[in-house]
Amino acid sequence: MSAESFEARVRQALYAGRRWHPVEIGFWILAFAAFLLFPRHLLLLNEITILALFALSLDLILGYAGIVSLGHAAFLGMGAYAAGIFAKYVTGDPLAGLFVGMAAAGLLGLLTSPLVLRGSDLTRLMVTLGVALILYELANSFGSLTGGADGLQGVMMKPVLGQFEFDIFGRTAYLYSLSVLFLLFLIARRVVHSPFGLSLRAVRDNPLRASASGVPNGRRLAAAYTLAAAYAGAAGALLAQTTQFVSLDVLDFHRSADLMLVLIIGGAGYLYGGLVGAIAFKLLQDAISSFTPQYWMFWIGLFLVLFVLGGREIIHGAVKTVAGRFARFGRGGAR
Amino acid sequence: MLTILFDGIAYGMVLFVLGCGLSVTMGLMNFVNLAHGAFAMLGGYVAVLAMQRLGLPFLASLPLAFLSAALVGIVLERLIYRPMYAKSHLDQVMFSIGLVFMAVAGTDWLMGSTQQFIRLPVWLQGRFEIAGIGIGRYRLFVIAICGLLAVSLQWGFTRTRFGSRLRAAVDDARVARGLGIPVNRLFALTFALGCGLAGLGGALGVELMGLDPTFPLKFMIYFLIVVTVGGTSSITGPFFAAMLLGVADVVGKYLVPQVGAFIIYALMVGLLITRPHGLFARARA
Amino acid sequence: MSVALQTFELCKNFGGITATDHVDFSLAKGARHALIGPNGAGKTTFVNQLTGVLKPSSGRIALMGEDITRLSREARVKRGLARTFQINQLFGSMTPLEMIALVTSERLGRGSRPFRALDLDAELVGQTAEILTRFRLDDMMDRTIATLPYGKQRQIEIAAAFAARPTVLLLDEPAAGVPEAERRELMQTVAELPDDVSVLLIEHDMDLVFRFATRITVLVNGRVLAEGTPEEMARDPAVRAAYLGESAHV
Repeated sequence: MSAESFEARVRQALYAGRRWHPVEIGFWILAFAAFLLFPRHLLLLNEITILALFALSLDLILGYAGIVSLGHAAFLGMGAYAAGIFAKYVTGDPLAGLFVGMAAAGLLGLLTSPLVLRGSDLTRLMVTLGVALILYELANSFGSLTGGADGLQGVMMKPVLGQFEFDIFGRTAYLYSLSVLFLLFLIARRVVHSPFGLSLRAVRDNPLRASASGVPNGRRLAAAYTLAAAYAGAAGALLAQTTQFVSLDVLDFHRSADLMLVLIIGGAGYLYGGLVGAIAFKLLQDAISSFTPQYWMFWIGLFLVLFVLGGREIIHGAVKTVAGRFARFGRGGAR
Repeated sequence: MLTILFDGIAYGMVLFVLGCGLSVTMGLMNFVNLAHGAFAMLGGYVAVLAMQRLGLPFLASLPLAFLSAALVGIVLERLIYRPMYAKSHLDQVMFSIGLVFMAVAGTDWLMGSTQQFIRLPVWLQGRFEIAGIGIGRYRLFVIAICGLLAVSLQWGFTRTRFGSRLRAAVDDARVARGLGIPVNRLFALTFALGCGLAGLGGALGVELMGLDPTFPLKFMIYFLIVVTVGGTSSITGPFFAAMLLGVADVVGKYLVPQVGAFIIYALMVGLLITRPHGLFARARA
Repeated sequence: MSVALQTFELCKNFGGITATDHVDFSLAKGARHALIGPNGAGKTTFVNQLTGVLKPSSGRIALMGEDITRLSREARVKRGLARTFQINQLFGSMTPLEMIALVTSERLGRGSRPFRALDLDAELVGQTAEILTRFRLDDMMDRTIATLPYGKQRQIEIAAAFAARPTVLLLDEPAAGVPEAERRELMQTVAELPDDVSVLLIEHDMDLVFRFATRITVLVNGRVLAEGTPEEMARDPAVRAAYLGESAHV
């Protein structure tokens, strides 16, 4: 085989990683079509979308960079409060608020990234948990700014792009959130298939070899952590803007724990895990809370335990089989 | 001021009894059991129920709290904890958080979400003064019991055959197995003892820390700090960590109530950053 | 002949144990140099200090005349010092293609670019393809590394180090654990490394050492015991006593 034709094969193989699969396109068409298909469930769909964005953020650091976190709610909360306070005191323009939320959370991520660069998984779990708890306490203490335990009241949003007023059915909310999710997803997809994304996987797989290959591990992880924090901040901002309210609950420990469950359900490291997990999680929550509203926490706990004890293999086995069938179908269709 | 210090010491003592079991299980099997607080809560509720429903005296309810938590500990260790030892820390954390959630919601369902109280016997109520320091009778009682426990645990850990086997297993489980030490049984026993102590601590702590279904979540971070700061290789480490934490928490909340628990969390994060390795996994040669 | 890599009085103490003891060593440009010594002689500690995995207790390291003693691991790689590991250190979830592409992209300074597509980078594609061909990995470039046979993994280990275009390449027991059937290909790979790369081989296998090296340094108890051509070393009574004699019993 000649050198040129082999180069072409290498190029083709590298391209295969980032090629759009028909199933992916179908997924996004469905997501937007859901606006017309389920007009009476747009508020739920909006919640799913925000959770999906939040989970996408965790997937970036857990699935790609291998950083475990039990305190991801810190960034969600930071984004939510920043966007909420910005809307209350500066301007109610949603896009400006979204940007402020992302920037604030990203900055927090950058500042706290040195904490997660060193140490074992266990240390990381504890440190991230600690940071989230500190933020919770801060939000609780600075009641004059955050509203404390009563929550941040009086957030008034202007129309998106000056055109689309937020309504009680969640029409604008869903399309707004979904558009933000889609845009950020495109960026994330681009990033994970870039040389930068490849280097993150290298650090996750083997930090020793990564540094022996010239990768500055610390800087790359810090960059990924900051990016993920900004994504979580975007989710928080969307939450604040579409509900026009921020409560301490956004910083609560259960947010971080739920998020882990979402990613466990969907699987980490292929970007769609968080989205699929968010859909499954919210539908499950919706179904269960319709007959036992108070004890949702019990079921979450039970799912976590069962998943870790062995349910994960079963579910992911099933997902893989289905995905494999789709992939064959997709490849057949592409040819 | 000294009264507050005294309260802090009593609080720290309870934290020690609550947390020391966790530090030993963490050191022994390298297992992160965030659900430790659930056993403490169980002990607390057993004591409350024993007194309210069965009319048992306070002193009799304490051993009952210990035994019931230890028993549940043994059963759960056998049934669901054991397969977890080989899994990743992340899995262990998820698993034990799941248990915490189930415990919280389950307790809420069984007992309701209200705060529980126990009626202390008359001889433990009130306070007296020595040299101007107000000393609560109950706090003195707690310090005495927990101090006694700490001393006997230290003795058991360093002087008995069980203790030396335990230390060998903590050092290197594989070598210990090779020496014929039944590590699995040792661990089951230690786990049960740790759970029992947590149960006892939970019962003793009802008066000091309160008791409601969110107990395991509220105090999870406290146990973790005790283990984090104290290390997992001795009894004395967690003991001093617990004292420090108890005093810092009580004094901090008294002097600057607005900041609340903030100091404690900041302290933990700070310690974790400065000593990221020597905390859970002891330095490996 | 000019010097590629040099150490001055390099020491490393672990508590009371001295792992390397005032090691003065120099690797000539284009050398085929072997570092041998019995187990526990400090060979791997020495390599770990050279590459920045361990900090020396005292002493200096110079690469092409530049002091690199305090540089980070990745900075040393950028200056042309690459290594393989005694125990495979690979990116298990990647394919050989991705792993080589990663090393190449880091060398070309692409690693911090989050929006570039790998396949659209002609330089990256070309150089990745070249390495894959050179190390005969082309027919399995799409398979997950973790599923490949051990001999092939050793091959990737060397390929990944070579992809960093080093001036100095440290091979830490490249043949360790490779089954006889796959050994020949591996030795051929080592023999085919281009002349302008200076190679330091750390090895137990005397067969490989005497076939490959034109110069040998013997390390015993953290000190340089002797240095010379393979013939001189084979004759040296001190070396025979300390090392060759011992390995004859193995």
